[in-house]
Amino acid sequence: METNSLQNKNLLEVRGLCKEFPVGVFGGNRLVHAVEDANFSVKRGQVVALVGESGSGKTTTLRMIARLLPVTHGEIYFKGIDMLLVEPRQASLDYRRQVQYIFQDPFASLNAVHTIEHHLARPLLIHKLTHSNQETRERVCDLLETVELKPAEMIASRYPHQLSGGQRQRVAIARALAVDPELILADEPISMLDVSIRMGVLNLIQRLKEERGISFVYITHDLASARYIGDEIMVMYAGHMVEGGNSEAIMKEPAHPYTQLLLSAVPDPRAGLHTDRNAKARGEVPSLIDPPPGCPFAARCPRVLKICHQVMPRPARVSEGHWVRCNLFDPKG
Amino acid sequence: MNPSNEPLLDVRDLSVRYLTARGQVRAVDKVSFNVQPGEVVGLAGESGSGKSTIAHALLRILHPPAVITGGQALFEGRDIMAMDDPELEAFRWSKISIVFQSAMNALNPVMKIRDQITDVMLHHGVDKSEAAQRAVDLFDLVGIEPARLDAYPHQLSGGMRQRAVIAIALALKPPMLIMDEPTTALDVVVQKDILEQITELRKKLGFSILFITHDLSLLVEISTHISIMYAGDIVEKAPARELFENPKHPYTLGLMNSFPSISGAKQKLVGIPGSPPDLVAPPSGCKFHPRCAKAMPVCSQIAPVNRQLSADHSVACHLFDK
Repeated sequence: METNSLQNKNLLEVRGLCKEFPVGVFGGNRLVHAVEDANFSVKRGQVVALVGESGSGKTTTLRMIARLLPVTHGEIYFKGIDMLLVEPRQASLDYRRQVQYIFQDPFASLNAVHTIEHHLARPLLIHKLTHSNQETRERVCDLLETVELKPAEMIASRYPHQLSGGQRQRVAIARALAVDPELILADEPISMLDVSIRMGVLNLIQRLKEERGISFVYITHDLASARYIGDEIMVMYAGHMVEGGNSEAIMKEPAHPYTQLLLSAVPDPRAGLHTDRNAKARGEVPSLIDPPPGCPFAARCPRVLKICHQVMPRPARVSEGHWVRCNLFDPKG
Repeated sequence: MNPSNEPLLDVRDLSVRYLTARGQVRAVDKVSFNVQPGEVVGLAGESGSGKSTIAHALLRILHPPAVITGGQALFEGRDIMAMDDPELEAFRWSKISIVFQSAMNALNPVMKIRDQITDVMLHHGVDKSEAAQRAVDLFDLVGIEPARLDAYPHQLSGGMRQRAVIAIALALKPPMLIMDEPTTALDVVVQKDILEQITELRKKLGFSILFITHDLSLLVEISTHISIMYAGDIVEKAPARELFENPKHPYTLGLMNSFPSISGAKQKLVGIPGSPPDLVAPPSGCKFHPRCAKAMPVCSQIAPVNRQLSADHSVACHLFDK
């Protein structure tokens, strides 16, 4: 591969990733196009936020990267290696060690009948990272302290129901950290938590990135938290990545009409009441079953052109490191 | 209707407890606030702070083990807590109606929306042809095509279902609506649409709203007054803008510090350390003291009382003791 050296700079690179789900009785012949042609990359020590409304394909993308869902087509490069080529059926233990997942709901992702120690010791044993009970126990305590759960010994002996939501999510993060991963896939890790403890969890992610150089793909529907910890933001709409780039650039100069709509919908008292900020689009997300050709936002877009109903444009450059897929921008420009 | 500046709803020392096997939970502890005609009063707090319990208590739809243990709620001068069943039946929906968080659970999945709207009107003695006409008008009002009246809930999108629920809440033209996290389950774009719709409807019809949410930034945008709840207490009360620009209680400050912004300089936010308390055994003194950066010795001993900082800004915190 002539681009090998280029890919190596990226810890993860996803190219033309697609996921289709068949619907209907007897297998049906209709398809839900959950993710269509997703392209993005994650550098070492970088947080990339995937932002979009429910049904936009964020979680499906993340699950494909985690190899929890089979990929319909597309390529996933991890450290420059085409993982779907090397491990076509199932991810190896080694891949699963390097790529960890944090689920949205900390009330569902921990097993109610096991102690916290059990949850944290299990990955250590499966991946053979510790060699004695003593060592395992010490490592569990280290992990709990890393995620600021103290006193560690006491927390380790508790059951999930004895912890608050925020504490549970920290346990889930500690479990992901247990195997020294290089990439953590975080699926809305704060959306189920109380408001006052959300920032603590986000700051923890930030710290892990800075201190340990761990990369994150962070999924959220909340642009403000994406801006808070995301170095880059990818905006998803109806299965498509419509805009991406440096998070400040996207916040300051959103190029896609959908990103503009999303931004104008966020309550932001600091900016004053902005009822007429930019575009106003009515309507809701279209059905993803056998979608029509063209841009998925065309039906709602206030600046729609004739061509939008026919062609989904290629990415066009807006500024350095900031791209958009919109017919208002010339792909050659 | 109310020229003498009388509040529409005046809640005084309302207390609700949950009687659980582990002991009594003081879900709402001597809470007082009022709602003036035409106002949007916001009630903000985290889960378990008692905000939804207040909503349910005001309609007297709490079920055991929840028990209203004291206080009054005067609506147009009549105490809701003292009403008997027939009075309550006439009162609910015609005076105060409620919009619940999850429209999917608020609507009956096997009934057409049309029947669910007319149901409440027929029950309150509106005649059939008028109810049918009003259903059409209500759908028009909330921006859904009246043709969709014959749809079942699952045939509507999340946003439309929530609009339908709002239409049902407006069916008897009540002077007050309680909205309990009406947009939490919705995407931001739909949320924005619905909030704008609510604001428009309120201007047109003039009802008051008690708006309950955990999202303070949203509340600052929509309400005229805000009360901040923590562990069953109202800890701070002020006009929305004043609260946003000049928050006093350390908990309110902490909450403000929990919402990243999409504009302005990026700043490090710290949120609030610790977690909300267990209300079976709440902390002594001020319930917030274990999480408070400014706690003093007195805070763990004596519960602070409400202090009036100005005519319409009050706070319950020892930092403001004289």
